[in-house]
Amino acid sequence: MASDAITVPLGQTEARPWVDTLHQWLTTVDHKRLGILYMLSALFFLAIGGVEALIIRIQLMHSHNDFVSPEVFNRMFTMHGTTMIFFVAMPVLFGFANYLVPLMIGARDMAFPRLNAFSFWLSFLGGLLLYFSFLGGSGLYGAGSAPDVGWWAYAPLGARAFSPGHSSDYWTLSLLVSGFGSIGTAINIIATILCMRCPGMKLSRMPLLAWLNLVMGGMVLIAITPLSAAQIMLLIDRYLGGHFFDTQAGGSAVLWMHFFWIFGHPEVYILVIPAFAFLSEIIPVFSRKPIFGYPVMVAATVAIGLVSTSVWAHHMFTIGMNSYASSFFAITTMAVGVPTGIKIFNWIGTMWGGKIQFKVPMLFCIGFLFQFLIAGLTGIIQSCVPFDWQLSLSYFVVAHFHYVIVGGILFAIFGAFYYWYPKMSGRMLSERLGKWHFWLFLIGFHMTFDVMHIPGLLGMPRRIYTYEPGRGWDTLNLIISIGAFIQALAILVFVANLVISYFKGARAGNDPWDAWTLEWSTSSPPPTYNFATVPTVGSRRPLWDLKHPEDPDSRYE
Amino acid sequence: MRTLVMARISEVESGRREMSMLRRKSSTLRFLERTILLLFWSAAAGWASEPKGSSHGTNIFAPASTPAKSIADLSVFVLVITGIIFVVVFVLLTYAIVKFRGRAKDAGREPAQVYGSTQIELAWTIIPVLIVVVLFLATARVIHAIQDAPEPAGAVEVTAIGHQYWWEFRYPKLGIVTANELHVPVSDPSHPTPTFLQLLSADTDHSFWVPELAGKTDLIPNHPNRMWMDPQRTGVFLGQCAQYCGVEHAKMLLRVSVDAPEEFASWVQAQQRPAVEDTGAIAGRRVFERNACMNCHTVGGTPADGRFGPDLTHLMSRATIAAGAAENTHDNLRLWVQNPSAIKPGSLMPAMQLGDADLDAVVSYMETLH
Amino acid sequence: MAGLIIAESAIFTIFVVAYLFYLGKSLTGPTPREVLETPIFYTICLLSSSLTIHFAAKSLERDYRRLFLCLWLLTIALGGLFLYGTAQEWHRLIYEHGLTISTNLFGTTYYSLVGLHAFHVTAGLIMLSLVAIFGLIGRVGVSQSDRVAVLSMYWHFVDAVWVVVFTVVYVVGR
Repeated sequence: MASDAITVPLGQTEARPWVDTLHQWLTTVDHKRLGILYMLSALFFLAIGGVEALIIRIQLMHSHNDFVSPEVFNRMFTMHGTTMIFFVAMPVLFGFANYLVPLMIGARDMAFPRLNAFSFWLSFLGGLLLYFSFLGGSGLYGAGSAPDVGWWAYAPLGARAFSPGHSSDYWTLSLLVSGFGSIGTAINIIATILCMRCPGMKLSRMPLLAWLNLVMGGMVLIAITPLSAAQIMLLIDRYLGGHFFDTQAGGSAVLWMHFFWIFGHPEVYILVIPAFAFLSEIIPVFSRKPIFGYPVMVAATVAIGLVSTSVWAHHMFTIGMNSYASSFFAITTMAVGVPTGIKIFNWIGTMWGGKIQFKVPMLFCIGFLFQFLIAGLTGIIQSCVPFDWQLSLSYFVVAHFHYVIVGGILFAIFGAFYYWYPKMSGRMLSERLGKWHFWLFLIGFHMTFDVMHIPGLLGMPRRIYTYEPGRGWDTLNLIISIGAFIQALAILVFVANLVISYFKGARAGNDPWDAWTLEWSTSSPPPTYNFATVPTVGSRRPLWDLKHPEDPDSRYE
Repeated sequence: MRTLVMARISEVESGRREMSMLRRKSSTLRFLERTILLLFWSAAAGWASEPKGSSHGTNIFAPASTPAKSIADLSVFVLVITGIIFVVVFVLLTYAIVKFRGRAKDAGREPAQVYGSTQIELAWTIIPVLIVVVLFLATARVIHAIQDAPEPAGAVEVTAIGHQYWWEFRYPKLGIVTANELHVPVSDPSHPTPTFLQLLSADTDHSFWVPELAGKTDLIPNHPNRMWMDPQRTGVFLGQCAQYCGVEHAKMLLRVSVDAPEEFASWVQAQQRPAVEDTGAIAGRRVFERNACMNCHTVGGTPADGRFGPDLTHLMSRATIAAGAAENTHDNLRLWVQNPSAIKPGSLMPAMQLGDADLDAVVSYMETLH
Repeated sequence: MAGLIIAESAIFTIFVVAYLFYLGKSLTGPTPREVLETPIFYTICLLSSSLTIHFAAKSLERDYRRLFLCLWLLTIALGGLFLYGTAQEWHRLIYEHGLTISTNLFGTTYYSLVGLHAFHVTAGLIMLSLVAIFGLIGRVGVSQSDRVAVLSMYWHFVDAVWVVVFTVVYVVGR
């Protein structure tokens, strides 16, 4: 990738020894390179987490299967969840934020480039630490083993008494380490957005992606830290003889649940808000209209951020809270659906009256819209507490959250890859392979996760390594597993696309999509310093103003 | 916020775009695909099959007890409302995709650049808020009805204690201790005889879930919980632990036998008796007492009074062993005592390393414990 | 720094919540009332150090380097005194009353909360000392006053946390 002061056309740079290039990448503080490192790290862990998912699905293909032992299965679902949330979803979203935020606000880099690099390496090394547990964590009888306490590590299962050896410590430490990295990134994003916008870019003129990452950053600061605090408490319990969650000494298992979900619920909004950001950038461009209701979108996002910190105990409806507490969390959970719904309507409003182009990024966004609608509705369904007394801890919940994370967030991430890959690499991803990726993944996704709601309704709990025949779950699980393999195939197509297009893709110019935000004004890929001269903007769509001087946005804002 | 719809037409030549036939087809295909998936999903729900035998299934839409019924009624209400919302938004989305797709002849012209509309934003804020209010009121009513239901005088009281990986059931007022298989009387709606359970745990978190009888409630150490059920049909209802509790969480199954009043009474009487003393099985009993079995298990009326494992006084009154992991047959019982890991690897019962003769003797003894 | 303070506040909040939640719930062992002595003197030390650091930062802005250095070193001394006071209290609690982190719920939550704060004081003192060294060799001037101000923000935060911890542990908790 070109990174010299003078942009040299691709293919004409001097051949450099590979050690030099490796060194450059390992010591970079450039937000663009760190962004790409985050994405590559996420793809690496996606492959591993995906294999774990396939192992789970093979084991569950039919009742009383014995593909893996219960111990291995329990490690698989723990590692799958932990990996996907902390080492795939968060890094890839931080990666896009890192890459795009400075470009979109007309800055040359993030506010704290070295903190940025430090945060990335903390995150990546946290992931490696988690996986070292396969070699290092001495489970029962001294065999090395990964954590098997579920990604929530509920007390007292995580205590020394029920988790001997070090497997749970790997879970705790790797998340503590990468958590500090996340906090560093959040501080960076917030400082960058608040202090480094180019002239003319008032907060009300920032691209929505910048706004949403600002809200996400704020949420990281107050949501990740409760998990860090709880994990420090867990370490004190495990190693210093503390009693925070020691029920035999009067401690409370429920306190862990509260602390965990005070982190855990805002965490999923931390994941989904950047996904919303991608939609808010891609849908307008492919509908050829500005985003419908920009101020409302900002207000709705802030509302979601605030309200989502008050809904956490909807993960705990079955623990025996009194009816007032249950009712409180029911109403806050339903309430957070309102601004979320508003955002869906605004995206439809953006498409309404437009001229929609069905390029691959838009296909993924449309998939998101349908799927996130369903996911949100199954969320509202579960917020009706008594119904949740049946649905909680069953495969209905598993279906719901995969619908959000895969059907929603991952689709948005795929859209973002197809949309910004030209900017990052200078080449277009293949539309043909992209369509194969989309349709294969769509079919596999629906085959798995639509059907998965049903075993939940038929009484199948989660986190079980096998199940009884005759409960009506067999055929359904088989279909679910087949869908998982189809999704895996689609991911292979995607990775192939990434690699092949890097070498053979059509050259993208500065602005292959005829878009309107600042990142499209610079070359693809951008030079290290981003912009030759720092731009001055007069509206929310500076490139629209340049392309349509007779009818600029600045006249209407 | 901006006040009125702001629109303008712009006629700008910005280059031809390639519009292919494929895109026009793909939007229709997409619409069809989604409709088919919707139908598929609904049809699949009908594939649920009942397990063989006389037991009921685990379908939350086949409630047999008041809490489960209230939940099922609420859930239908909620599903209808969310279903309507889904259909409305689905139609809007599909319409938008189909109607506003870019066509070849549009190349070079941008559509009207609309920025927003306060009236529309208000509309689609207020309507969802109203829906939320309705859903909340319905929800709060059922929460209260189930959780705050008073316990009538004739209710059966059970204390359920969760263990890694089995259920201990005590009937304090009746002086009964059993494991894994709960017996409750059927409840006549006109004169209800519900069963109230106090839920405790001896180790980690568990969750008591028998879908056709009630919603689930967790068993958390140091945090007693309470739930109730009033089954209105006899038969055996199935369920299992729903909160991950360790290695064999998957095999911590539940059987609830809902008995007609006479059957329940005779079951209670049988359970209240001390263990059967069969002199023919004395050899096996000696093996039982010699090999530390009594450190973990209780056999009523004998010196065996361990509390770590299930009470075995009336072992043969149960249809399954190892919390439902295997049927209570001679071969399974023998295998279980010889090597529990063969049936439930990770179970906390150790293999007692008995020789064949001792093994046969102790199993014969256990088979006398009716 | 504001971002870091927000994040750290959240961590402290969780420890304070745990402390308050477990008040009175210990099954055994010494209770707060029995063993805690209000550390008024050391609290005054710490809070005054906020004053001294504030004036130190102000003097640096006006390039009064000598004054800055004096006040800065005084801040470190006061902070160090506070840590000494904490150490003394812990020594008394452990050896005279047998209260350790594993004794009971009170022990666990007390040592964690006060310890977390002391850890932040220590980290602050290390950073302050680094600046002191730079100051003594003459490398701290007006142009560094922004960074010194950021550091003094952290120190104020540490003091503010102590106000909360003090209130929760020594006032409310008894």
